[in-house]
Parts: sequence; structure tokens; C-alpha cells
Amino acid sequence: MESTSKQFKQNTRVALDNTALQSALGKMESGFVTNRANAAARLPEFEALRDQARDIKNHTLENLDFYLETFEENVEASGGHVHWAATAEDARQIILDICQSVDAKTVTKGKSMIAEEIGLNAFLEENNIEPVETDLGEYIIQLRNETPSHIIAPAIHVVKDQVIETFQEAHTQFDPARSLEEPRELLDEARTVLRQRFFDADVGITGANFLIAETGSTVIVTNEGNGDLTQTLPKIHVVVASLEKVVPTLEDASAILRVLARSATGQEYSSYTTFSNGPRRAEDPDGPEQFHVVLLDNGRSELLGTESQEVLRCIRCGACMNHCPVYGAIGGHAYGWVYPGPIGSVLTPTLIGVEEARHLPNASTFCGRCEEVCPMRIPLPKLMRHFREKSFEEKLTPTAERTGLGIWAFVARRPALYQMATGLAMRMLGALGRRRGLFASLPMAGGWTAHRDFPAPQGRTFQQQWSARGGRRRAGE
Amino acid sequence: MSGGRDAVLGRIRKGLGRTGPVDGDQRAALDARLQKHARGIIPERTARDRGGLADLFVEMAEGVQTSVARVASPAGAPAALAEYLAQHNLGSDIRMAPDEKLNDIPWQDRPTLSITRGRSDGNDEVGVTAAFSAVAETGTLMLHSGPSSPTTLNFLPDNHVVVLRASEIVRAYEDGWDLLRAKGKMPRAVNFVTGPSRSGDIEQTLMLGAHGPRRLHIILIEDENG
Ligand code: SF4
Repeated sequence: MESTSKQFKQNTRVALDNTALQSALGKMESGFVTNRANAAARLPEFEALRDQARDIKNHTLENLDFYLETFEENVEASGGHVHWAATAEDARQIILDICQSVDAKTVTKGKSMIAEEIGLNAFLEENNIEPVETDLGEYIIQLRNETPSHIIAPAIHVVKDQVIETFQEAHTQFDPARSLEEPRELLDEARTVLRQRFFDADVGITGANFLIAETGSTVIVTNEGNGDLTQTLPKIHVVVASLEKVVPTLEDASAILRVLARSATGQEYSSYTTFSNGPRRAEDPDGPEQFHVVLLDNGRSELLGTESQEVLRCIRCGACMNHCPVYGAIGGHAYGWVYPGPIGSVLTPTLIGVEEARHLPNASTFCGRCEEVCPMRIPLPKLMRHFREKSFEEKLTPTAERTGLGIWAFVARRPALYQMATGLAMRMLGALGRRRGLFASLPMAGGWTAHRDFPAPQGRTFQQQWSARGGRRRAGE
Repeated sequence: MSGGRDAVLGRIRKGLGRTGPVDGDQRAALDARLQKHARGIIPERTARDRGGLADLFVEMAEGVQTSVARVASPAGAPAALAEYLAQHNLGSDIRMAPDEKLNDIPWQDRPTLSITRGRSDGNDEVGVTAAFSAVAETGTLMLHSGPSSPTTLNFLPDNHVVVLRASEIVRAYEDGWDLLRAKGKMPRAVNFVTGPSRSGDIEQTLMLGAHGPRRLHIILIEDENG
């Protein structure tokens, strides 16, 4: 997928002015946030389960090559195939080859962020294969030619009236005067249209929430049941998954599943959790004839052994964005790439480069809510700070900011100079701002004062006030 | 694409500070971990006796819009099915799994039921299957594919009716895995089903019956209380 992360500031402005988006985002607190809190409260073991989930993933990542090879062996033992894709391009080509081997005209798709990441739909279309999204939210945005704005609720930015409009335009086979006012009517219409597409598809493509080394299983978690129809009805089931999805055993997956739905939607368990093991057996009455797993790296292996290794624990539950004040204000599209919210701010610079995504780690108030709710205990604020530093080191920060910080660092390392300089500045600012106690604008701080006033200092620095009140330096300083 | 494979594995090992595959003691420890497939924390809420487990299962299942009819013996199941059909104004055509676990039920007691057996082609209003097991912890059914249990019956009919015996209810998912491992090879598909299909994708409003069944009904045979 093309990234617009570079224009983050511009994206933000557009988002803040979008009233439909703002009304949609307003519902998040009463929905996801409350539901998660209730689900966590109902399970006394919840915090211990989070620790356990973190430990399982850490163990797996430390032995990732072993578990991936074991997974591969077991997929093959059950009659499936594993394809290793180093890059997005490799993955697309592998999938295209599989589709072309059966002369596929249409493929149905279960919701997959990895398919978004590799830009699969556009590529299939270029090659005259029609991809049909089957998750209701994904279907709506596919018709609207949009990208997902949330990893578990892809159409969260769309309001009902827009869905009505979209269906009126797309579903010309129905009476234009039909009623679509009720969400139920919209759902029923989508169900009818997609039911036929499930039967017509030559290939079904799903993502995976987990891969299980012990059994070679791929696991999908859905509420709609679309993933199951996608993978059961066509001749071929292709699973596209990134390599960090692997866990050792069925027990490990079951343990992490206990925190997944609760963190995501506040459900105790999602409606459908499906473990798939290879193609249909000789004696089976249904199921796909071929089973393929495309294992995507796309930069992830480079994270092992670095500070960013911890992001590979992510199970894509969406809790960090549901609880993020920045996401809640601007929605997902402003982030400009596949993964929005705090996890996006960390993953995007990791996967597509700090240069492309340098604004994202700044899209944080460092309030820490994301880390508080992340079921995998990923230290998201720490990682964002890391990328801020990295982008500074790599000289990607604009000159004014760099010069300012450079001067500050020079002065701060010299205590006498620092005290003199800050003392002088405070007296000046204090004098200037005395009348109102606030500055509506300040030279070189336009980014701050454009949106709020800067409180005028009282004329003395903290250090001066501290020593005047009898504060002491620590021994040895 | 073995080029892709070797390159990816090579980068992983480099990141982990190794030059080749894990070996020696470390390898043995990893193999042992897989063999042992140890369980983690099992929620306390499931620490109940058998009767208590059935109650917990029903409570959790009903909490996610599954309806449950409890009957004392297999003989009660046909009436429970007929009642469900009447309640929802459904026809009497039933597509049933060719599962021998459904054979001790006297369906012929209800001659109006017109039962055919086999997979679903998408034209069935009501599908009836037997559960493999059920997890009390979250009111979750455990179903799997096989010659006598087509997966299409779990997803295509608008109404999914599942016959479950109280003796098949276990505490946690892990107990279900143990039962399945005891049977041998993993089936092609294992489906954990918790309530009917649902979506919240239009303005975060919960609606049932997205792509899978609109309703999920369980006939629970209390084979342990009689
Ligand atoms: S970072 Fe944590 S909270 Fe965010 S999506 Fe991943 S697992 Fe969920």
C-alpha cells in the first residue's frame, strides 16, 4: 500500500474537519473502551493472562526460526504448502501464481491486514482477477474505494447514510426505491450479494491470527463467519500471514486467545475461532482441495535483536487505538499507511522507514493509555520515543527544531550558562507577559501558540525558586 | 521459493545472534516443550463440578444470544427441535449431519420433520449437527470437520441447531484439545463457535446474522442427571 504518512499534518487537518468521521469516533468510548474494561473486570486472571501472553510470544520470538520450520513441516505433513516471501512483491507474485494456476476470475477475501500491507487487491485487479472483500466493513470500504481506518473495525469512519449511498450506487440489481434506512436492511443486502460471491469464487484468501508450530494449523478469529465461508467453499484456500504470527502449541494459542477478544471488542470470545489444517481429506464432504500458506517477512526479521523486537508481539487487537486520544481525534486515515494508532506509529517507521513516517511517533501525548491496555504489554510510548530519537539522529527533523534542540543541549550541558540563559529568558518573558499572564503567540513557538496560549512565567526559573525556598542540591553535584 | 526461505531464516538467525539452526540441549528443550504442550492459567470460574459446568456453559452461551433447550434424554430432542421450528416460524425441512451421534435420537417420533443428511449446498434453512465438545468457560461449542460432520452445515444454514450432551461439556479449551488429541490426527478444520454470526461494522451497532447463521440453538441433553 502507498503511504501518505509524510503528509501527516495535512491529513490531520482534513480529519479534524470531517464531521462524519468525528461523529463515528465519538462512539468509541462508549463502545470499545467500556466493553474492554467490563470484560477485563469480569476475569480476575486478566492481568496474569497478559503476562503469560507476553512471555509466550517472547519465547517464540527468541526461537522464531525453529518454530517456523516446525510449522512448515507440519503444514506439509497435512498436505498443505508453505511459501516464504521475503518482500511484499514476492508475496503478491506467489499469490498471483496460485490464482492463475486455476485460472481464477474472482477471489473472496477474509479481513487481512497483511493483504493490505502488500497491496494485494490492486495487484490482483491489474492482473484481471477480481478480489471481493467479504467482511462487512471491508466490503463497504472496498465499494467506496477507501482503505481501512482501524485494524478491527475497518469502516469505523463511515456513517450509515454513507453506507446507504454506497449500496444504492453499487447494487443496481435491486429496486432503487427499496428501503435501506435500518442497519439491518443494509446488512441483509450485503449478506445476499456476498453469499453468491462466496459460491462463485475460485480462491479464498484469509489472513491468520495465529500459526501453530505443533500442528501446522492456521487460525482465524471472526465474528461474521465470512472468513469461514471464504476458506471452506472455493477450491483453494490461501492464508497470508506475517512470520511473527507463529506460536508453539494449541495451548499457547488458547492462552493468548483469552486476552485477544477481551482486549479488542470486550467479548469473552469471538463468535468464530477456526483452526485449519491442510486441504480436505479424501473422506471429507467439503473444504478446499488445496491449502497454501504465504509467510511474509517484509522487514520483520530485521527487528529481531533490536529495540523494536517487542512490536512483534502484537496480536492486532486494536486496543491501543481504541484508547488513544490522538487516534480518537483524527481517526486512522491520517496516519497514512496500513496500521494506525499507537501500534501504527511504531510499526510504520519500522517497516517503511523513519524517513517516510517521521511524523507518526510524534502523534502521541505520551499519556500511556496504549501501554496500559496492550494485552501483550508492548511498551509503545518507549518505542515511539526511540523513533523520535532515531529520526533526530538521522537528521530528518526540520532545521529550526534541530537548531533549537542543539542550542538547548549545548547550554544544558553547561550549568552556569544554563542558569544564566534561562534566568535571563524567564525575566524577559515574565516582564512581557505580566499583564495577561499568557502569550497568544511567541516567536519560534508558533506550533504551540497557534492552538493555545503559553502561560507567562513569573519571572524566575524553577532552580532560582527552588534554592530560594531552601532546596538543596544532591550531594556531589 | 527456497531462495526466499533461506534468506528469511538467515536474517532471523542473524538477528537472534546465531549462525545456524538451534541444536543440542536447546533444541531438545524446544522439542520437549512442544511434546509437553503445557497448559497455562485456566480461569477459576470453571472450577465447578459437572452439573455446575453445564450451568456455566448455558449462562455464558445465553449471554451471547445462543438459545438453549435443556432436555432430560435423547427422547426429548425431537420435540425440542419441533418447538424451535414453530417458535421461529420455520419449515420442517432439516439438513442433518450424517453423524452417528445423532442416531440414538428418535427423530421418527416427529413424522412431520423431513430430514435429509449430508453437507449443505446453501439452500437449507435449518442445519442440525452434533457437537464434539463444549467449553463452559465462554459458552463455546467445539465442532470439527470429518466425513460425518461437514463444515458447511456450521456456516451456511440460517439456523444452526446443535445437539450437545452435558457429559461433553469441559472446563476450558485445553480440555477440548486433549479430547481431540486422544482421537488421533487433527481434523482439517476445528471450529470454536460462540453464539450466532454478528457484525458491528455499521456505526458500531451489534447485529446478528452477518454471513454465518442468524440463530444458534443448542439442544442440551442432560445425560448425566438422569
Ligand atoms: S500494540 Fe498491543 S494494543 Fe495495539 S494492536 Fe498490538 S497487541 Fe493490541
